[in-house]
Amino acid sequence: MSVLVDRNTRVVTQGITGKTGAFHTRACREYGTQMVAGVTPGKGGQDFEGIPLFDTVVGAKEATGANVSIIYVPPPFAADAIMEAVDADLDLVICITEGIPVLDMLKVATFMQGRRTRLIGPNCPGIITPGQAKIGIMPGFIHKPGRIGVVSRSGTLTYEAVFQLSALGMGQSTCIGIGGDPLNGTSFIDCLKLFNEDPETDAVVMIGEIGGNAEVEAAKWVKANMKKPVVSFIAGATAPPGRRMGHAGAIISGGDDTAEAKFTALSAAGIHVVRSPHEIGSKMRDVL
Amino acid sequence: MNLHEYQAKQVLQGFGLPILKGHLCYTPGEAEAAADLLGGGVCVVKAQVHAGGRGKAGGVKLAKSSAEAREAAQKILGMKLVTPQTGAAGKIVHKVYVEAGCAIAKEYYLSLLVDRAKRCVSIIASTEGGMEIEEVAHETPEKILNVRIDPKVGLQGYQAAKLAIDLGIPVESRKHFAEVVKGLYKAFTQSDLALLEINPLVLTKEGTFVLLDAKAALEDNAAFRQPAIHAMLDYDEQDPRDLRAQKYGLNYVGLDGNIGCLVNGAGLAMATMDIIKAFGGEPANFLDVGGGATKENVTEAFRILLSDTKVKGILVNIFGGIMKCDVIATGIIEAAKEVGLKVPLVVRLQGTNVDLGRKMLAESGLAITPADTMDDAAKKIVALAK
Repeated sequence: MSVLVDRNTRVVTQGITGKTGAFHTRACREYGTQMVAGVTPGKGGQDFEGIPLFDTVVGAKEATGANVSIIYVPPPFAADAIMEAVDADLDLVICITEGIPVLDMLKVATFMQGRRTRLIGPNCPGIITPGQAKIGIMPGFIHKPGRIGVVSRSGTLTYEAVFQLSALGMGQSTCIGIGGDPLNGTSFIDCLKLFNEDPETDAVVMIGEIGGNAEVEAAKWVKANMKKPVVSFIAGATAPPGRRMGHAGAIISGGDDTAEAKFTALSAAGIHVVRSPHEIGSKMRDVL
Repeated sequence: MNLHEYQAKQVLQGFGLPILKGHLCYTPGEAEAAADLLGGGVCVVKAQVHAGGRGKAGGVKLAKSSAEAREAAQKILGMKLVTPQTGAAGKIVHKVYVEAGCAIAKEYYLSLLVDRAKRCVSIIASTEGGMEIEEVAHETPEKILNVRIDPKVGLQGYQAAKLAIDLGIPVESRKHFAEVVKGLYKAFTQSDLALLEINPLVLTKEGTFVLLDAKAALEDNAAFRQPAIHAMLDYDEQDPRDLRAQKYGLNYVGLDGNIGCLVNGAGLAMATMDIIKAFGGEPANFLDVGGGATKENVTEAFRILLSDTKVKGILVNIFGGIMKCDVIATGIIEAAKEVGLKVPLVVRLQGTNVDLGRKMLAESGLAITPADTMDDAAKKIVALAK
């Protein structure tokens, strides 16, 4: 039916009383997600519109059985929040926060070695399994339950792809935003593996960007392992080198991280590449 | 955020690293006085602009006396420096750094960066100092050494010692080399740098090391905890449009085309540029108004686009998730009324409250061309901007 999250997922929000955390916790609850706890140090024992608040993640987990956390904590404290959730041994931590210093994320990556918790993000829109659970900031109504997996470094460009899929009658099994930062918790390959093994996913849309070598690595993995068709678009073919295009990770610094180099690697791996973003949905329809 | 050489050296000196004496000067007279202060002998006059390749472009000159330092500054100040990194437009030099000379025995290359794939800080080093490192990497990759530092424990003594041996540094200078490398690692991590490049790192005839050039960039996400470095931001080096954009939380990158773009989200903004190009147009900019933009942000974004005289048409592409289409519509209408809509405007709205947003635009009385999809929008703006 889906990967990573479903209707049984129990979610704790870290940073629930901030403006963004409050807004999206409400939206996720309205979508039907089980938002079972919130963490704001100093507010343990109180509640947020009926959702019990705790001082610590481990406290929230023990009292409510939360197994997934979503983080809206501001950048200076976000790395600490991630490590707290990982230390509480949750299944999954989704970090929405944008602007975490890269050296903090280096610390997080090191801290997570040998622990079982999976991190999605940071600087990502989150995950949605349409009709079951929305854990993130994406607009729920554009999604439809179905059999296409979506994985992307981008936020609104993912919505665009989902919108095209839904408009053509192709629903989604799960959509994962892995985030636009150079150092993130879950890679394209991690997500492709999950979709490859998910009996309820028939095909995958993978949306990349300029910068880094994650798409090229993913292409190699697809060539060797992927049993399902993959449609892919890389944003930033027109971006000049040396200028950061919004995302911290979206900057062309060498020669292998241009859109052209990525398109070439993806095509060589048998991935169905589209050169223009409006063709994502129609290409998937043609492939299936 | 890029630092000038003199600023990078100021930061590095704070970590006890070996820097030559030098002075920042804005006039030839100041350069002469600075050279006097340095002893009146050999000194180097260096253009302070954010670009590598200054030497080849004539932005670095050796002077043998204070009078020569004055002459060199005269030539460099005000010149338009064109290097591979500045692009054809070049950069005007507003200030020079006058630095003491030193007796060079050998030049090395050393830099630090975060290796995202290996998830660690890496030190890149080479015996080919003073050269374009990209060329060295391309032609003689075996001359590029890479030391990966375990984030758990930081740089270890044996790593610095081994690097000294691998670079063929004379035995009597290895201890100082190791100190320099440790100092650079400390400066890199404690100052939240995105890049630190010493090219060249000079071994002097006295057998000690000197950081002859230094290039550093502060990691933007860490600016909040590095106020002293962040305060070094040089407004002369910034595109005024970029500065205005930053003030309103907008991500703006100016480009050379004639179709202005206003988009929410970095990925969609890049994709919008790509689709304009795919339909035969040229984007004038990358502009991401962010996920939670307000009416004020959108209005300012419009002002920035309309102030670019190259812009012959504007494409707005908004996929409203958190951001509601009616909020965007309000911003567009207010901005267009305030600044005056002198060029064709195509608006593609999709997502939350899309019907309300479209209705508001249609009833605004403004000459706005609506579009349903990204390709529809791109086709329309490319045709209108011709």
